[in-house]
Amino acid sequence: MRNDSKFAAVSRRRFLAAGASATTGLVVGFYAPKSDGFFATMLAGNRGNVFSPNAFLRVAPDNTVTVVSKHAEGGQGVYTGLATIIAEELDADWSQVRVEAAPADQDLYKNLQFGSQTTGGSNSIANSYEQYRRAGATARAMLVAAAADRWRVPSGEITVEKGLVTHAASRRQASFGKLAQAAASVPIPAQVTLKDPKNFKLIGAEHLPRLDSRAKTTGKAVFAIDFSLPDMVIALVARPPFFGARVKTFDASKTRAVAGVLDAVQISTGVAVIAKSFPAAHQGRDALRIEWDESKAEHRGTPEFLPEYRRLLEQPGAVARRDGDCAQALAHAARTLTATFEFPYLAHATMEPLSAVVRLSANQCDIWTGDWDVSDVQDDAARVTALTVQQVHIHTLYGGGSFGRRGSGASEVVEVAKAIGGRFPVKLFWTREDDMRGDAYRPMYLHKLDAGLDEQGNLIAWQHRIVGQSVLGSDPNFIINGIDVTSVAGASTIPYDIPNILVDLHSPVLGVPIDKWRSVGNSHNAFAVETFLDDVASAAGRDPYQFRRALLMKDPRDKPMQLVAPDRMKPSLFAKFPRDRRVLELAAEKSGWGTPLPHGRGRGLAVHYSFRTSVAQVAEITVGSDGGVKVDRVVCAVDCGVAINPDVIRAQMEGGVAFGLSAILYGAITLKNGKVEQSNFDDYRMLRIDEMPKVEVHIVPSTEAPTGVGEAVVPPIGPAVSNAIFAATGKRVRTLPLSPRT
Amino acid sequence: MSISVKLNNRTVKLDVPPDVPLLWAIREAADLTGTKYGCGIAQCGACTVLLDGEPIRSCITPVNSVAGKSVITIEGASGVTARAVKRAWEKLDVVQCGYCQSGQIMSAIALLEQKPSPTDLDIDHAMSGNICRCGTYVRIRAAIHEAARMRKG
Repeated sequence: MRNDSKFAAVSRRRFLAAGASATTGLVVGFYAPKSDGFFATMLAGNRGNVFSPNAFLRVAPDNTVTVVSKHAEGGQGVYTGLATIIAEELDADWSQVRVEAAPADQDLYKNLQFGSQTTGGSNSIANSYEQYRRAGATARAMLVAAAADRWRVPSGEITVEKGLVTHAASRRQASFGKLAQAAASVPIPAQVTLKDPKNFKLIGAEHLPRLDSRAKTTGKAVFAIDFSLPDMVIALVARPPFFGARVKTFDASKTRAVAGVLDAVQISTGVAVIAKSFPAAHQGRDALRIEWDESKAEHRGTPEFLPEYRRLLEQPGAVARRDGDCAQALAHAARTLTATFEFPYLAHATMEPLSAVVRLSANQCDIWTGDWDVSDVQDDAARVTALTVQQVHIHTLYGGGSFGRRGSGASEVVEVAKAIGGRFPVKLFWTREDDMRGDAYRPMYLHKLDAGLDEQGNLIAWQHRIVGQSVLGSDPNFIINGIDVTSVAGASTIPYDIPNILVDLHSPVLGVPIDKWRSVGNSHNAFAVETFLDDVASAAGRDPYQFRRALLMKDPRDKPMQLVAPDRMKPSLFAKFPRDRRVLELAAEKSGWGTPLPHGRGRGLAVHYSFRTSVAQVAEITVGSDGGVKVDRVVCAVDCGVAINPDVIRAQMEGGVAFGLSAILYGAITLKNGKVEQSNFDDYRMLRIDEMPKVEVHIVPSTEAPTGVGEAVVPPIGPAVSNAIFAATGKRVRTLPLSPRT
Repeated sequence: MSISVKLNNRTVKLDVPPDVPLLWAIREAADLTGTKYGCGIAQCGACTVLLDGEPIRSCITPVNSVAGKSVITIEGASGVTARAVKRAWEKLDVVQCGYCQSGQIMSAIALLEQKPSPTDLDIDHAMSGNICRCGTYVRIRAAIHEAARMRKG
């Protein structure tokens, strides 16, 4: 039994595909503000002075350029990125640029790859690139037209630089602000010319200050957990002790006796305690007596799941990729290798636990949240409150991390607000324990791989079987022939030149809630593929770098194969040739691959393509006398198309290394008799600063369209480290995490 | 019931029970939300504030235990060291999601007040109680060294 409500067929709900989730081509959308839309309403008060050529920016008389971000900022730097794109085409000065979150308006602000207003899949910049460039270029053209009209000179003689519009011949100059009012009455041009990327000044600039740095270094940045309204109350929810259990009855008499507690109400996920403060709500929740209906609860735990998964690992599954005849090739191989891998459930563990504030009246619902799936939040709230979608207003605040977690949880708060009849605005948040025990986890997976080598040590057969829950469940957009494309992302799309390949999948259904987790299926598939390939290289007596490089000499897109994937994803299932090899070579070169290391140290590498981006990493590690592993240095090479903000990309690479290391060193959610055994950072450890390696980032210069960054960095770090451990010790890591659970 | 606390160099009366963690008194009663809740058990450091100059985890510190002492939060951190740290953080664009950064900055201020020229090992010791899930550690380290330079500067 799965988390069915999550997969309810809401018409416009879209799940974020892992791996190459792109449409066949970038859909270019451009929208003028709707006369009756929120945006127009917002501007009605000062319409005469503010220049708002489209829904993505405004120029105010005080010279500020406000970029409207259709994507949520959860640390990945998208506010800065989208603002950079507009500022570039507008020729604005970076110091005049501000950013604000878009309101919920799917027509205006949909993710052009997913079709709804949502952030995820590492495609925020990719899907917005041309759209935001056009928005900026349109505004620029209108400012120029306004100046040309005012000065009675040809617009072709006007230049724009750093927010100043200039006619050199007549020595006239005006700021954007001075032209804003006039520009507002210029007709919107039907066509605009975009810059040649070689003329970019802001895009690709080594360091443009992040637009969210000041707020976040002064404590002024407002996250949903910080937001408050007059008379607002705090809600905590008592959720079931087992996944799938429901409230049968509850007794709140002791809860109501707690000073500061106002109410206790049943909602679909449990019992919400409403109080004047967090401590009161917490104390009140502790005092609840709840009888749970466990008839549909998941009472099994990891010890029960593992044998079942291991049994499936020996049986053929649904075929995700078939090239040649793998069984035949293995049967005739001069040498075969086999290995199994075990990956645990993982928690997202965002630093800000889920939180949202809701104010509900008879005809309006306002939601303040850092949730990323804005359309889903709006749909869910409309459904819960029986209001129209237009009556639900979303105010997107900074999110304290997402990593796949902060989707549309705000609907729970809407339920609470409705249950108390909208008497008070409600802030609901999860405690760390609520989050750790009630997450929707990265699923547990088991893998089995078999390889065959011929007499000359050439890799001729590759068989890869994967067992684990399907993240996308029943979404027909991403399930084909029983294959959840995210479960096999990076496994069925192995780019190496191997004649016989078979990848198959089992997707057992159980009651543990699961969801996307930074890089989705790539998070485990890259580990299995890149670690096992190292085994194969070793068996063939070849250098791991040279072995991989030789297998990347041909474009995999030229090879006949049966690969299960939606048609729209097919053009981007593999990296544009030879990007994978190029990043591998770059990482090897920059890391000093092949140079000797002292005893006890090792170097390992991995390369992986996901989210249309190729990343290679070389990890250097030291194994201590106690067997403990310290990662000293990581060299990272990335090809993500044009680098909008190189420094933000570097930051994502650095942070992604830490994120991946936390998982492989410590990350494990285990269940005992249906209950999650971990509860907080003491038993679900995070990497800390003393364990952080040096990270060197090398970005491949490119003028091609930008691709994903936030997730693509995570998959290679695990196998790079495990291969480094093998290089140092001769021991293979095939069960994660590395450190036994404390 | 109200408790008198010296918060950011001003004495304020907070209407909270005496055993409430300082964190919630700061966030909910004093309405200063720069100090964050992350774990509630002194494991993550998001709630770090300075108590008479020492970094403490406000999530496990009862509000009545700080009577007569000076509590400084991110909003009130304003001395030479604090300014250097904040400037260095901005200069290097340390932040990503930003949620842990108030706590990181308070720990960094306390470190630099005690050790104006910290070594990497000093940084490890002083900062390893502060988790950053986004993994900004590389830049935190660099920013502390940068702040040390600015502070002398």
